Formats: sequence, C-alpha cells, structure tokens
Amino acid sequence: MSGAPEHDAVEATKEDSILTEAARAARSSGGGGGGGDDARANGGGGATLRTDKCTIRFGGLVAVNELDMDVHEGEIYGLIGPNGAGKTTIFNLLTGVYKPTSGEIHFQNKRIDGLRPYEIASRGVSRTFQNIRLFPSMSVLENVMTACHIHAKQSLFDAVVRTPRFGRDEEEHREYCLELLGIFDLARYKDEGGTSLPYGNQRRLEIVRALATRPKLLLLDEPAAGMNPSEAMDLMALIRKIRDRFGLTILLVEHNMKVVMGVCERIQVVDYGKSIALGLPEQIKNDPKVIEAYLGD
Amino acid sequence: MPTFVKRLLFAVLVIAALFALNAMLSTQGLFGFGLDDYYGRLLTFIGINVILAVSLNLINGFTGQFSIGHAGFMAIGAYASAYMTVYHAPGWELALAGMVGADAAHVLIFVLAIFIGGLATALAGLVVGIPSLRLRGDYLAIVTLGFAEIIRIVILNIDKVGGATGLTVPGYTNFVWVGVFAVITIVIVHNIVRSDIGRALVSIREDELAAEAMGINTTRYKVLSFVISSAFAGIAGVLFAHYNKFLSTADFTFLRSFEIIIMIVLGGMGSITGAILGAAVITILPEALRQLPTVGLFGQEFNFADLRLVIYAALLIVIMLTRPQGVLGTREFGMNWLRRAQKRPEGDEAVGADTGVSIAERDTTPTADPVEEVKNK
Ligand SMILES: Nc1ncnc2c1ncn2[C@@H]1O[C@H](COP(=O)(O)OP(=O)(O)OP(=O)(O)O)[C@@H](O)[C@H]1O
Ligand SMILES: [Mg+2]
Repeated sequence: MSGAPEHDAVEATKEDSILTEAARAARSSGGGGGGGDDARANGGGGATLRTDKCTIRFGGLVAVNELDMDVHEGEIYGLIGPNGAGKTTIFNLLTGVYKPTSGEIHFQNKRIDGLRPYEIASRGVSRTFQNIRLFPSMSVLENVMTACHIHAKQSLFDAVVRTPRFGRDEEEHREYCLELLGIFDLARYKDEGGTSLPYGNQRRLEIVRALATRPKLLLLDEPAAGMNPSEAMDLMALIRKIRDRFGLTILLVEHNMKVVMGVCERIQVVDYGKSIALGLPEQIKNDPKVIEAYLGD
Repeated sequence: MPTFVKRLLFAVLVIAALFALNAMLSTQGLFGFGLDDYYGRLLTFIGINVILAVSLNLINGFTGQFSIGHAGFMAIGAYASAYMTVYHAPGWELALAGMVGADAAHVLIFVLAIFIGGLATALAGLVVGIPSLRLRGDYLAIVTLGFAEIIRIVILNIDKVGGATGLTVPGYTNFVWVGVFAVITIVIVHNIVRSDIGRALVSIREDELAAEAMGINTTRYKVLSFVISSAFAGIAGVLFAHYNKFLSTADFTFLRSFEIIIMIVLGGMGSITGAILGAAVITILPEALRQLPTVGLFGQEFNFADLRLVIYAALLIVIMLTRPQGVLGTREFGMNWLRRAQKRPEGDEAVGADTGVSIAERDTTPTADPVEEVKNK
C-alpha cells in the first residue's frame, strides 16, 4: 500500500484543508481552475459536491436520511457502509436517477437535484454501476465512443451526408477513446464485445466509458468487486493515476477495505441511510461507531 | 475530392441500373430483353416494402422502441400527397410545364408530393412520439396501434379523399422512383446508425439508464428516431398511392403494420440487410403461395395465399422458437466478410501478430474468470 495519502493526512490535520499535492496541482494547472475559483468565491473550502439534508424514501423505508456531504475538488472520497446502507441509492440521487424526497444537491455551486441524469452527466458528473451496465451488443470501442456523445460536434446532417466534419469528429473521438482504453490496458480488445471481456476488465471498461464523458466528478460503485487482490491493487493505482491526469474528483463506494483505506483521502460512513462518521482513513478505522455498524451487521 | 467523386459515381450507377431495370420491365424491354409486367409490380412492391421495413427497423430494431402502427403513417403520407396530386397538381404542373418543360414539371411535382407526404408524416410522428416516448416502457406500442386505427377511421370519414369509396390517384410512381427512394432510405438509415446518433440510439435499446448516465437525452433521441422512421413510412405511402393509382383505407389496416413487423422480425431487428431480406421474402411469399394448388379443407377450397396470415403466424412462432433475433440478428450481411476478405491478403504479418497477442492474453484471463463470477454472486 502506498503511503502517500497517509502522509498527506499527517501533514494536514484539519478536514477542510486536506488536498493532495496532485489535486492542488490539478487545480492550478487550469483543468479545474474555474471550479476552484468558484469555490473560493463561495468562501467554502473548495466543495465541488455538496448535499444538504438529502433524504429519499421508498414507501416506508428511508433509504437515505438527511445526508450531508461535502466533497472537495480533487480529492478521492470514500463512501462506505454495510450492505443495504444506501450507498448506491446516494449515487442514484447524485446522478439524477432518483429525485430526493427532500434536501438539496449542489455541484460546483449549482443545484442539480431535479435535473435529469443526462443533464447532470453533461455538467460533468459520471459514474459506473455496481451491477455492470455495459451496452451488450457494442464492441469495447463503441461502448466508450457512445459516451463521447456530449462532446460530439456532428449534427444529423453531418452524419447523413458524411461531411468532412463528421469524419473529423469520429476520428477525434476514436483516438481519444483508444487513448483512454490504453491507460486501462484495454486498447487491444477494442473490437471485441464489451460484455465478452472477463469480469474485472468489464469493470475497468465501465470506468473508461465514464471517463469518455470527460467528467469532473467520477462516481465509482464498487469498482473492485469481483477482482482478485492483484487486480484490485492495480485498480487502486489506476484510480490515483486518472485523478491526477484528468484533475478529477472521485467518489468511491467500495467494500474492499484495503482499497478504500489505501486510496481514499477522506471517508464517510453511512448506515441505514444515515451518516455515522466522517474523517481520515486512520480515524475511520478506529471509530467505535463504525466498528459497531460493521460488526452488528 | 475523391469521396465526392465516389459518391457521385455511386449515385449515377444506381440510377442507371434502375433505369435499365425499369426499361427491362416495360413491355418492349431493353435490347429486346424484357420481363413480364408482373415482375415489375413485384419488384416495385419489394422496393416499397424495403423502405417500410428499413425505416421501421430504425425505431424498432436500433432504438428498441416498439412501434406497431407503421401502416398508419404510411396512410398519412399517401393521403396527404394524394390530396395534393388530385386537387392541385394538374394546375401546378401545367403552369410549371410552361417554364421548365413537361417532363421536368412532372418530376418536380412528384418531388413536391413526396416532400409533402414525408413532412406531414414527420409532424404526425412528432405529435405521437413526444407524449408516448417520454415515459419508459411500452407506451409507444399501445399508442401507435391506436393511432394507426384512428387515422384510418378518420380518413374513412373524409369524403374529400374518397372516404369509404376510395380515391383515384394519378400514377406518378414508377420503378425508378421506388428504387431511388429505397436506396436513399438504406443510405440514410445506414449513415445514421453508424454515427454518434446511431450509438446513442443503440445505447437506448441496450440500457436506457446507462445511456442517460453517459449524457444521452434519451427522450430526444427516441423521438428523433421515431420521427425519421415515420417520415419514411410516409414517403413509402406516397410512392404506394401513386403506383397503385387507387387509394382505399383497406390498404392501411393493422394487417399491413403486422406485415412490416414480420419483415424485420424475420430479417433481424437491428440489421438493415436483414430488413431488406425480410421485405423481399414477405413480398414474394404470398405470390409464391398463390402458385401452389388449392387444397380442400373443412369442405372448402383454400388457396395458400388466402392462408397467408396463418402462415405468417406460424412463421413468427418458428422464428421465435429457433432464432428469436431473426435470420441476421443485429449483424449486417456481406459487409463483414467483405472487409475481412480485403484485410487478409494485405499486411497479414501485422494482423497475425495482433491476434496472436490477444489470444495469448485471453488464455490467461478466463481461468480466473469463473472463480470471480462465483465470488460475486
Ligand atoms: N428503487 C427502490 N425501491 C425500494 N427500495 C429501494 C430502492 N432502491 C434501494 N432501495 C432500498 O434502499 C436500501 C439501500 O439500498 P442500496 O442499494 O443503496 O444499498 P447499498 O449501500 O448500495 O448496499 P450494497 O453494499 O449491498 O450495494 C436497501 O434497503 C434497498 O432495498
Ligand atoms: Mg450498492
């Protein structure tokens, strides 16, 4: 396990100022510069994603209960909790699949609850799914290129008449997608069926697909599920790598504690839809409430 | 511009081929070699059905939204354009003929009729599509089914377009018109499917939730696909009306819609070549059945062509049991193995090395795969 996040944690004891070197670099290098300015203008500690007493009920069940979240730009933020705690439901709220029963969600200081999923995606929030949802009939490359849609410059007319602009646009996306696939070592499978890949590669392909939307915030729902330990370790390194390279903020739901503790800079714990703890990995590891939530399950 | 020249050449070749075929179909024939008028009719109907099947496949096959009222849209195109050609075209054509000559006027008027038919149908598609495609689920099937019937009954009650007695329409359509529009339909649908929009449509079919999460406005693209599909049904209706020279609402019943659905189910939902194949088979089948001797059944004489609906139903059941994805599924006939045949001879070294690597990779991964799958459940 790399010591980098822990090293940072020692350096910055206050929650608000925890930002890794990489995230700071990403901010100043212009990738997320606009967002950083906005955050400063707002006077807050650089929150890129904020939920305010976010609640959702399914009939009698309160799946998410007055959840407050405050994810800073450029950090890797862990969201953990026992089975059925409401983690996936939180992702579904953040991406517009569900509308909160009450409460608000803000992304880059703009309210996003109530927007449709595609609108939230085009504002720079992308995700993967716990139960992999690739497009089965598409090849690996097509799966990823589909996610370039937001940035496509071709019109219906361009496509029908095959204008030079169409050719340029397709080529540009194709190249970008192959580059992304290359980062995840998947480029050589580009023409194979996406769902014919082994399980671990399908999960990685989903991350690549999410990256192709060029997000600012990436939500990963159990990306290491079904991976063997060495694959999971590789994935950890990759998560850090893409965060640095694309100046991302990453929200990670994961049951594999080695991965969570190894890669997350801050961790929030939910149980029965309620937030029960928030802090550095070290603090979470030793929090009695967290231990009880997991053991009591 | 080489691509431009290539395309122009393609268009010229297609039109020349269609004219040659058309000449062959006339009584005097081409270079003394002609086919019976019967085959001309058959080929023309195959062409019209190709337009219908390929366009229906855009919404049903590629976008995965089940529309079952294609005949209704066909009727809108047929009657809207017939209204123009019956009541206004003679005067307009005469006026135009003075300016550009009789032949050009004839062509221009029919282009206008096709445009009007397509536009009217596209608008109808928009009106039907927006409310029924906003919701997830099979609302479109229910709405289009009802809509097609409503349209038919409304037309039945408009005396101006013939109502129950039918309407005599000038015969603008010939085989060349049908052929040109069949090719246009195929090219346009093909180009849409292989583009950013096409990927958006297929992603909606495959996983609507994931498509939305990737930034695709699924409602918008479902409606777009439906409107384009409807517009082509309308154009097919225009061509049909002016070929048949007589319009009656009996030509646009649910059975007509059902026939078009059978074509794409047979050929393959999500395959353009499959739809073409399906259109050809379903057009020829009743004719072939007619050649068979009649049979006595339950004390009555039956021709196999009369039993065509029974045969369709049986065919549908057999397809569903043996090959539910249709003959071609989502694949395209020809393109792949043509491309492969092109690839093999040249640069086989690089290709061989490439597959070598990926096979080696695959050999190592699957061993771990089943274990992972089990762990995950
Ligand atoms: N659409 C829904 N309708 C009704 N109940 C739901 C719905 N979605 C989620 N729930 C319920 O909300 C609770 C939280 O589920 P959720 O899937 O968010 O848990 P989770 O933390 O992701 O669990 P896991 O770790 O197993 O993935 C569960 O009790 C679940 O049954
Ligand atoms: Mg979950």
